[in-house]
Amino acid sequence: MKVRVKFAKEGAMKFIGHLDIMRYFQKAVRRSGIHASFSEGFSPHMIMSFAAPLGVGITSTGEYFDMELNGSMSSAELTDRFNAQMADGMRVLSVRKVPDGKASKAMSLVAAADYTVTFREEKAPSGDWQHQVEAFLSQEQILVWRKTKRSEGEKDIRPWIYKLEASGNGLSMQLSTGSVHNLKPELVAEAFYKYLGQEPQPFAWQVHRGEIYADLGDENGRKLVTLESLGEIIE
Amino acid sequence: MRKLALSDEILMTVEKPARYIGNEINAVMKDAQAVDIRFAMCFPDVYEIGMSYLGIQILYDMFNRRDDVWCERVYSPWIDLDKIMREQNIPLFALESQDAVRDFDFLGITLQYEMCYTNILQVLELSRIPLLAEERTEQHPLVIGGGPCSYNPEPIADFFDLFYIGEGETVYDELFDLYKEYKKAGRTRAEFLRRAASIPGIYVPSMYEVSYNEDGTLAAFTPRYEDVPAQVEKQVVMDLDHVTYPKAPVVPFIKATQDRVVLEIMRGCIRGCRFCQAGMIYRPTRQKDAESMKEYARAMLENTGYEEISLSSLSSSDYEQLPELVNYLIDLCSEKKVNISLPSLRIDAFSLDVMSKVQDVKKSSLTFAPEAGSQRMRDVINKGLTEEVILEGAGKAFEGGWNKVKLYFMLGLPTETEEDIKGIAHLSQKIAERYYEIPKERRVGKCQITASTSFFVPKPFTPFQWASMNTEEQFLEKAKIVKQEVRAQINQKSIKYNYHEADVSVLEGLLARGDRRVAKTILEAYRNGALFDAWSETFRMDAWKKAIESTGTDMNFYVHRERDLGELFPWDFIRIGVTKDFLKREWENAKQGKVTSNCREKCSGCGAAKFGGGVCYEG
Ligand code: SF4
Repeated sequence: MKVRVKFAKEGAMKFIGHLDIMRYFQKAVRRSGIHASFSEGFSPHMIMSFAAPLGVGITSTGEYFDMELNGSMSSAELTDRFNAQMADGMRVLSVRKVPDGKASKAMSLVAAADYTVTFREEKAPSGDWQHQVEAFLSQEQILVWRKTKRSEGEKDIRPWIYKLEASGNGLSMQLSTGSVHNLKPELVAEAFYKYLGQEPQPFAWQVHRGEIYADLGDENGRKLVTLESLGEIIE
Repeated sequence: MRKLALSDEILMTVEKPARYIGNEINAVMKDAQAVDIRFAMCFPDVYEIGMSYLGIQILYDMFNRRDDVWCERVYSPWIDLDKIMREQNIPLFALESQDAVRDFDFLGITLQYEMCYTNILQVLELSRIPLLAEERTEQHPLVIGGGPCSYNPEPIADFFDLFYIGEGETVYDELFDLYKEYKKAGRTRAEFLRRAASIPGIYVPSMYEVSYNEDGTLAAFTPRYEDVPAQVEKQVVMDLDHVTYPKAPVVPFIKATQDRVVLEIMRGCIRGCRFCQAGMIYRPTRQKDAESMKEYARAMLENTGYEEISLSSLSSSDYEQLPELVNYLIDLCSEKKVNISLPSLRIDAFSLDVMSKVQDVKKSSLTFAPEAGSQRMRDVINKGLTEEVILEGAGKAFEGGWNKVKLYFMLGLPTETEEDIKGIAHLSQKIAERYYEIPKERRVGKCQITASTSFFVPKPFTPFQWASMNTEEQFLEKAKIVKQEVRAQINQKSIKYNYHEADVSVLEGLLARGDRRVAKTILEAYRNGALFDAWSETFRMDAWKKAIESTGTDMNFYVHRERDLGELFPWDFIRIGVTKDFLKREWENAKQGKVTSNCREKCSGCGAAKFGGGVCYEG
């Protein structure tokens, strides 16, 4: 049975890198008494795949991985068993059964994510920036200098910003994520500073990821649903 | 949530921030207000190294079982953070509470290798504790050292308030109770230290006076007060089955050097290799009961979630219940999908059978530690491994599908000749030949033999404590001979040779057998920028050279000369059980190439029987 685990990574845990989080969860499963499936061979591995790696320093309340299980524990029991093994700052939010097969792999489903970029004390843009967000977003194009593995140059990121608004002492946004167009929230924040004619100081903000979505839409439009909602609760 | 000692900005700037945040699985959190004693346990090297060390996990678990003690961990900040902490005046902190170390009652520092000595000074300085014990006041933690290097604590004696000599499980409770009593009664640091000095195993350097002869050798080492014992007794646990062992060790988030459950099965070694300090200071050999080991293995795997388990001892093949334990572990690990790693196993039919079950033969390699290239030399060092045994083991392994062999040797051993040195190449060649005796169709490609040499460093409390150590030039000359001789072998293409750095070995020689006067050399080297000397990327010989020069440290006196049989050594005040007479006898035997039986074949009366147990009473 394949299950999808949704978890939060907060507090000091934001300093633990993606690969170490994977190792952390593998150990947590072993401690928890949950029966995982293993690969064959001399050093058997747990079959686990993460939706979208989170950068070091970013917190999240909407992370996902899929894993293969044996046995028949309910969603509630699985969640409890996980949470009995979590370090301070880590929480498992839900465990749901998802269909097998490549097409339903968490990683290949990722289409968008919610982020908040919170400005650190005294590092927010100066002036009345909250009221500039709308104008920033209504630009035809938002050009940024972008360096990818393939190329380097001016790119228009506007199409990949699905939502953007001021919220509290920061920006909340929904961005295209995943293997096709992966837009990082830091890039949007930098572009916003530039639009205001300002330069962000180093470590000007704290990024938080709130949710990851799959796109069930077609050429007529996006239809974003959370990765969690694609699974069903195991009774 | 805990407040971290370092800001986000700093943590995002340094390499591997997980080194500094604590919060690991099984880390112990307590209410600082509710304990009487706060103990900071430090391994003076980087986190991944320190977290791999079993001894700290044992003491951490044992101390934290006491309700009145909170033991936390501290490691050396890596050079990137070291720089930031100095620039921004951030005091060193313990991982669990993130509180400053200087507010603790104790700072315990484990001394696993000499090349960490400058890191001790780093830890003290970053903690803002005066480097010299004599400059500390009531406000500072008591700095206590322990571990193998405390068997010659003298070169670092000035930096410590006290040392714990021996196995930690015996008198820490007594020390803590005494500390509590003195703290409550408002007694001074000096009063506490004076009283602590009479706890067996506790050594308080300031309670002893040292004088030297004109030739620089030690003249006398005497207690300053009548109630301070003239000798310090090593502490040993005779009943290993009833001491605490951590069932739930702390599990790091980042990969540590030892990324596995470590099960200690035995302390001490029956073999008596003459260069080996561990083989002497941990006498007598004591085994743990396999039944309780089985229980521990299961519990530790369940409490940590590790995907690998390993056995720890100096020579696992000498553990009598090994087949029983290993067979159990093989079943347990296949049930739990856990890997087994079995270091320090002698290569024989049993171990090859086990290894073929637990690892991928094609990928794994065989390890032999002949330590010397010729039989003559092996007799001198009392390494009971013969060429026939090596060739037989290698042969069996080759037949079984192995083709990689690692060989470990030492250069610079006492009485060594050119023939002994060349023997390293010759033995490697013979092993290669044995491989090519196998019909071609049954071979798996070429064989790969890796011969590594380290440079011999004479250690206190070994039969070689009198021996002269080679100079850097001699070492390099010898390495060159090996290199050329390897090239001259028919199967040279199957043999790879590498050797350890020579300059760092010579320094290790200085620190291993130094006396109290060497402290100023260490301090100077640290002032000159020496830090993380055990890491080739950070080791700075220039800092040490300058220190040796400016302090007038005589390397010939400390390192290269052969010591007189009658000489009083700086470490002689420690009683390890094994007597100086026995070591002298062994030094004579070495020079004559006479081998000594191991403890199970025949007791040689080393003195360790006085502890009343272990291998001395097996028969
Ligand atoms: S007293 Fe004998 S048996 Fe005991 S450790 Fe010494 S040599 Fe070995």
